[in-house]
Amino acid sequence: MDYYIDYSVVWRSLGTLFHALGIDLYMTLFSVALGSLIGLVVAFALVSERKIFRILSSTYVAVIRNVPLLIIVLFIYFGLPDAGFVFSEIPSFIFALTIYAGAYVAEVFRGGILAIPKGVGEAGMAIGMSNLQIIVFIKIPILIRSTMPALSSTYISLFKDASVAAIISVPELTFHIRKINLETFRTIEAWSTATVFYVVACFLIAFLLRRVERRVAIPK
Amino acid sequence: MSTGFFNELWISKMMIFRGIYMCVFVSFTAIVIGTILGMFVGLALTYGNMFTRFLARFYVDVIRGVPVLVLILTIYFVLPVIKINFTALQAGITSLAIFSSAQIAEMLRGGLQNIPKGQTEAAKAVGLGFFQTFVFVSLPQALRQVLPTWVNTAVETVKGSTLVSLIGVVELTLVMQQIIGRNFLTMQFYAMAGLIYFLICFSIERGGKYVEKKVAIK
Repeated sequence: MDYYIDYSVVWRSLGTLFHALGIDLYMTLFSVALGSLIGLVVAFALVSERKIFRILSSTYVAVIRNVPLLIIVLFIYFGLPDAGFVFSEIPSFIFALTIYAGAYVAEVFRGGILAIPKGVGEAGMAIGMSNLQIIVFIKIPILIRSTMPALSSTYISLFKDASVAAIISVPELTFHIRKINLETFRTIEAWSTATVFYVVACFLIAFLLRRVERRVAIPK
Repeated sequence: MSTGFFNELWISKMMIFRGIYMCVFVSFTAIVIGTILGMFVGLALTYGNMFTRFLARFYVDVIRGVPVLVLILTIYFVLPVIKINFTALQAGITSLAIFSSAQIAEMLRGGLQNIPKGQTEAAKAVGLGFFQTFVFVSLPQALRQVLPTWVNTAVETVKGSTLVSLIGVVELTLVMQQIIGRNFLTMQFYAMAGLIYFLICFSIERGGKYVEKKVAIK
């Protein structure tokens, strides 16, 4: 048996593949946006003076960071319907990835909050700002700008994690590639295409995020 | 469901233990192989000539740009086509090892390049050769620096090992799915799986923190 390379199968489904990549991006974008909000709140809870906030938030972060995404996804997609929460594939995956993202983003932000010089908060207090005002108008802007590089690598790895959605048959890139592989046996073509798609997508996302990083970076 | 969760748990305890063993075995082997491989790639990244550096950079960037799931499926499906007959278990371990090797190579490069220049210059000044400098001066410092990231990679590998259930390796995730297929206690057994993975990963993390404290420079 001789294997010959024939990309025509992949070529024909290129449109579908781009659409599938779009689903990946869409799910990632959704989860990253929601997850960042959760992460922001959780991060402030992590450094809060109230013990109960600290305990709750650090439990959340420790649990989610140490449980595989696949288990979270399976639990939400197959397990939660038993308790009466039925989601279709994409919303349930977005839900899972959001919870997952929240913990990772929280950890990034926590580091950022601790790195904010104390004087900044004190200056806010001195001009009569409330605690909430200090957080919203002073700390969060500094935080986002200073943690952007760490955030972007978290975002990229979340984009890669979106491939796990294939397992609960969300028609995203990995799912389609696997389908092409199983239907046509053009194994090498299918998986080399997946590799190129993901590498290029990650590269482009990294490129875009680096531009954002440079724009928001705090001048030295 | 007539039988309760704990009854079902008791019935399937041996399966779960075997699943845990398989999960630990796959992850451990992958981390060991990945660390050895990653060391070489990391050295090539740091000290190699332009050609080896380019090759290593290409390897690391491609592996790091691809999701673990895609890596696992690629290796599992492509190897037989190029006439390498691996079992699912071997293919799974190989892909996880490759995944971790790229992470380890990258962090080792970072660790080695972060060492202040004065250190290697001092080593040169006292007459150490390149190899001696590396073993006695650079490596110990770099290892200490990369330890937290290495522990992180180990946890990532354990978490990635759930994905080898997709190619039919009977590790913890697949075991849980088999159990659920029998008794339909979906939520309970996935929660159980989550708890076990949490315990495994959390102890790795804590162990790493402990070692970190032990080897820290006072």
